[in-house]
Amino acid sequence: MSAPAPLPPGSRARGTSDAAWLLVFACWLVATLATLGALFFSEVMELPPCVLCWYQRIFMFPLVILLPLGLFPFDPRIVRYALALVLGGWGISVFQMLLVAGVIPEAIRPCTKGVPCSEVQIEWLGFVNIPLLSFLAFSTMIALLVAAHLRSKR
Amino acid sequence: MSRKSRRNPKPQDPPSPSRGGISRAGLFIAAGVALLVAFIAGTLVYRSERDQAVQEAAARNAAQLASAHAPLLGKPDAKVHIVEFLDPACETCAAFYPHVKKMMADNPGRIRLSIRHVPFHQGSEHVVRILEAARGQDKYWEALEAVFASQDRWTVNHRVHPERVWPFLEGIGLDLERVRRDMNAADIAARIEKDTADAQALNVTKTPEYFVNGRPLPRFGLEELQGLVKEELRSAYR
Repeated sequence: MSAPAPLPPGSRARGTSDAAWLLVFACWLVATLATLGALFFSEVMELPPCVLCWYQRIFMFPLVILLPLGLFPFDPRIVRYALALVLGGWGISVFQMLLVAGVIPEAIRPCTKGVPCSEVQIEWLGFVNIPLLSFLAFSTMIALLVAAHLRSKR
Repeated sequence: MSRKSRRNPKPQDPPSPSRGGISRAGLFIAAGVALLVAFIAGTLVYRSERDQAVQEAAARNAAQLASAHAPLLGKPDAKVHIVEFLDPACETCAAFYPHVKKMMADNPGRIRLSIRHVPFHQGSEHVVRILEAARGQDKYWEALEAVFASQDRWTVNHRVHPERVWPFLEGIGLDLERVRRDMNAADIAARIEKDTADAQALNVTKTPEYFVNGRPLPRFGLEELQGLVKEELRSAYR
C-alpha cells in the first residue's frame, strides 16, 4: 500500500479532489446533525444523557470544528485525523448497542450511577433508539471518510 | 478496474473551482445556517407543544388536584391555592419550603397550601407515614419543618436512612409512641396510595412540583413559581 501523498494545489486531479471535498463535507453534515440532535435530546427534551452517551459526545462534538479546518483549504489528511475520533466513537456506540440489546450482561455495565445506559429512552418505529442513531452516524462517517481517502489518493 | 476507466475522462472536465456557481464556502455556510435554523425552530415547536400538553393534562386532571384529604396550611377561603407535590427526602423541596412560607406571610389570608406526598426516594415512605401520623396529633407542619431541618442528617447522598429521623422529632410536642402505633394505619396507606396515583395522573415525575390554582409551572424554578403566584394573586385580588 502506497502512502497517501497530499495533493499539491491545482493538481491534475481537480475532479477527484472535488469529490473528496464533498465527501468530507457530507461527513461534517452528519457530525453537525448528530451534535445538534444530541443537544436537542438533552437540552430541549431534557433526557438525561448516560455515561456512555457522554463518551460518544466526546468523540462526536470536536468533529464539528475539526472537519471544517480540513475543508478550508482542503487538506486530504483530515481523513486521518477525523477517522481517529470517529473510530473511537464508533467503538463505544457498538458497545452500547450490545448493552441495550442485552448481549453484554448487566454485570459489566460501566455506569452504576445516574441513568443506566441500557435504558431505552426513545423508540421510533419500534426499533430506532438513541444508541442506534449514534451507531448509524459514526458508521456513515467512517464510510464517507474512507471514500474521501480513496478519492483523494488518486 | 471499471471505476478507473470511468474516471479516465475526468481530467478533461473544466478545471473551474466553483462549478455550478456555488462556492465551497457558500455551501458550507448555507448548510450551517440551515441546520442551526432547523434546530432553533425544532426547539420552539417542541417547547410550545410540551407546554400545551402540560396545561391540558392539568385541566383534564383537575379532580386529582382537589386534595381534600391533604394537609392544608392557610385560610381555607384564600383564593390562591398552591398544591405542592413533595418528597420529605428531596433537597429541593426543603430548599423551596421557606420561600413558599414567605410568600404566604407576605400575603396574609390570600394563599393556602396543600401538600401531597410522593415518596420517590427509596425509604422516604417511612417518613411520609410519620408525617401523616403527626396529623392525628395536629402537629403535621411542626413535624414537616423538623424533618426538613434535619434532612441532611437522615438522607445522605440521596440514600434515606428512615430510622435516623426519629431523634429530630423530639421536642415538638409529638407523642412518638403514638406516632409509631398510628403510622401503619390503613387510612394512612390509602392516602399515600391516592397521592401516588394522582401524581401519576398529573404526570408528576420530579419533586417539588407545584400547581397554582390548577396551573403547572411553565418551567421549573423559584422565579417561575413566584411569578405564577403573583399572577394568580393579581387576578384574584385586584
